[in-house]
Amino acid sequence: MLQAAQRTTKTKMKKRAPAAVGGAAADTTAPPHERFLEAFRWMLLARTLEEKLVSLYRGGQITGGVYIGKGQEAVSVACGLFLEKGDIFAPLIRDQAGRSAFGEPLVDVTRTYLGSRLGPMRGRDGNIHRGHPRDNELAMISHLGAMVSVTVGTLMAKRFRGEKNFVGLTCIGEGGMQAGAFHEGMNIAAVEQVPLVIVATNNHYAYSTPNDREFACDDLVERAIGYGFEGYALDGTDLSACLDVIGGAVKRARAGRPPQLVVASVLRLSGHGEHDDASYVPAEMKRQPFARDCLKLAEQTIIKSNLLDPDTLAKWRKDAVAQVDEAVATAQKEPVPEADKEDWCALSTRHLVDHVEENE
Amino acid sequence: MSITYLEAIREAQAKLLRDDNRVFIYGQDVGGTFGGAFKATKGLAKEFPGRVLNTPISEDAIVGTAIGAAMQGMRPIVEMQFADFSSIALNQILNNAGTHYWRTGVPVPITVRLPSGGTKGSGPFHSQSMESLYAHYPGLVVMTPATVEDAYTMLIEAVAIDDPVVYCEHKYLYYHLKSDKLPDKGLPTGRARIAREGRDLTIVTYSAMTQESLAAAEELAREGLEAEIVDLRTVKPLDTDTVLASVARTGRLLCVGESFPWGGTTAEVIARVTSQGFHLLDAAPQRLNAKDTPIPYHPNLWSAHRPNAKNIVAKARALLRE
Repeated sequence: MLQAAQRTTKTKMKKRAPAAVGGAAADTTAPPHERFLEAFRWMLLARTLEEKLVSLYRGGQITGGVYIGKGQEAVSVACGLFLEKGDIFAPLIRDQAGRSAFGEPLVDVTRTYLGSRLGPMRGRDGNIHRGHPRDNELAMISHLGAMVSVTVGTLMAKRFRGEKNFVGLTCIGEGGMQAGAFHEGMNIAAVEQVPLVIVATNNHYAYSTPNDREFACDDLVERAIGYGFEGYALDGTDLSACLDVIGGAVKRARAGRPPQLVVASVLRLSGHGEHDDASYVPAEMKRQPFARDCLKLAEQTIIKSNLLDPDTLAKWRKDAVAQVDEAVATAQKEPVPEADKEDWCALSTRHLVDHVEENE
Repeated sequence: MSITYLEAIREAQAKLLRDDNRVFIYGQDVGGTFGGAFKATKGLAKEFPGRVLNTPISEDAIVGTAIGAAMQGMRPIVEMQFADFSSIALNQILNNAGTHYWRTGVPVPITVRLPSGGTKGSGPFHSQSMESLYAHYPGLVVMTPATVEDAYTMLIEAVAIDDPVVYCEHKYLYYHLKSDKLPDKGLPTGRARIAREGRDLTIVTYSAMTQESLAAAEELAREGLEAEIVDLRTVKPLDTDTVLASVARTGRLLCVGESFPWGGTTAEVIARVTSQGFHLLDAAPQRLNAKDTPIPYHPNLWSAHRPNAKNIVAKARALLRE
């Protein structure tokens, strides 16, 4: 199954001239290596941030959980990079790189993890359950598959208003692909013919459950045709391929092609969350090609092709650490929510809030 | 001229589509020339092209799509074919729509219409009353109109509210209730209505049980017993003040609802009156709900499963003897 997916990827890549890499709508003037470097820089920032979050969690400074996207940064960054102002992004649990590339301020990540009252979720929700719906970054709920139809709705609203040239992109894993809501969402997207891209990352585990207990088809990308989507398989460890395939899918959706499904293959290089040591992943799987670290591979490409000199690369690392440290320090200084200052009001229409006097 | 409860719902939607270009209707069979399983959208697809849209049988995705559209400034009205099927959409309604404003500060103004309650022969999966379940969760307004006038004005109000509204319309009332004309304005949302004044006991109810309770009150009146009927109109927010004021006048409370007996709206009313107005009560408050079984198909069983004027009268008599 995996081999089939990768074979398909290679076929797709062969069809595409190298110059087409980076030729997507976001910035048609950027030559491929500039796009590659931009993506790498977001990946580096995401990895640096998430390593810091893990250390804060281990030090007891983050309540709840920490969920990182280690190994999925190449896929994720490509999801955020090709979206423009007015486009919709509905990221999921392992999309730090894509969120940053889409424009989420770094400090809003640390604010949410550290519970700052000044963050977008104000201590009411935490970790990856965050978003900026007014800026078109939707705030995921934990129930997988639910955000697909929500993204469809945002695109319908834009169409009702007569907007043009917009797309929506939502992310899912192979675990979430097995939920009923995902099926309904995919189907309704095709029925409505909205400009949607679904990027599914098969990281080979739904928490601790391996692929053979998740689905029984040969290749998840084959589902695309059954829904009226166009489908593309992708080696998610290969940043160049991610930019090519996901950039191409965004471009096609924007141009009015049917909804697009991209299925990327990687290995989750962490536990489900940082509470999980992932000891259930066999050593043999970690030696598979899909288990390679996309960030390291991208860095090797940069060095091998001499896209950056070592000093600049070192400077980028330093910059990433500085940005992360600043985001953490800022959030740590900010006020946390206080129960007696909270308005405890789940409706925006204040006069319709139900009061249970004896519960107050 | 005579307008039914169902026609009032259709007229409200026609007005909403006419007056507000943010409104669209989304649901199974609502479009085309069909106009919905109960014809609540009859003719609207033709009158408002592209704004009354048929959907696949995908309750989760229907509501999810409405939520997304609402986030982007639309005012979608979702028609569930039957309230019962909204169980498939519970996740989107409760966990997505109901939490969104609290989490993000961005409200989700969707209206979900639930054709609710029993009609004979409809059985376990086409007869349910879901209002208590939705009212249990934060972040939702739950409406249960009991009159033609409220069916009309409350639906218009539902779409105007910036928060998600679950609008429970009763199928039994669709054709049974008629009115001469539709009002421009109703009582404010969240305010209960005294449907009948009386000095001897208070019956707190809503939706179709308001009509059963009014019939029961007529029967009781023949015995010289005057029941005051409080029609809640919205079960959430719940107008505790109007209920307490009525109990203060009568000293006796009976709550009647069509949903299942465990927990729910009737239990909530009794809990509040007991906590906040214990001193007003001359007898232990009582309630009457459907039986704790699935809703039966056969009319002989169905008519005994839900409360009706006859057993409301019996319950009221017993309470008045206390």
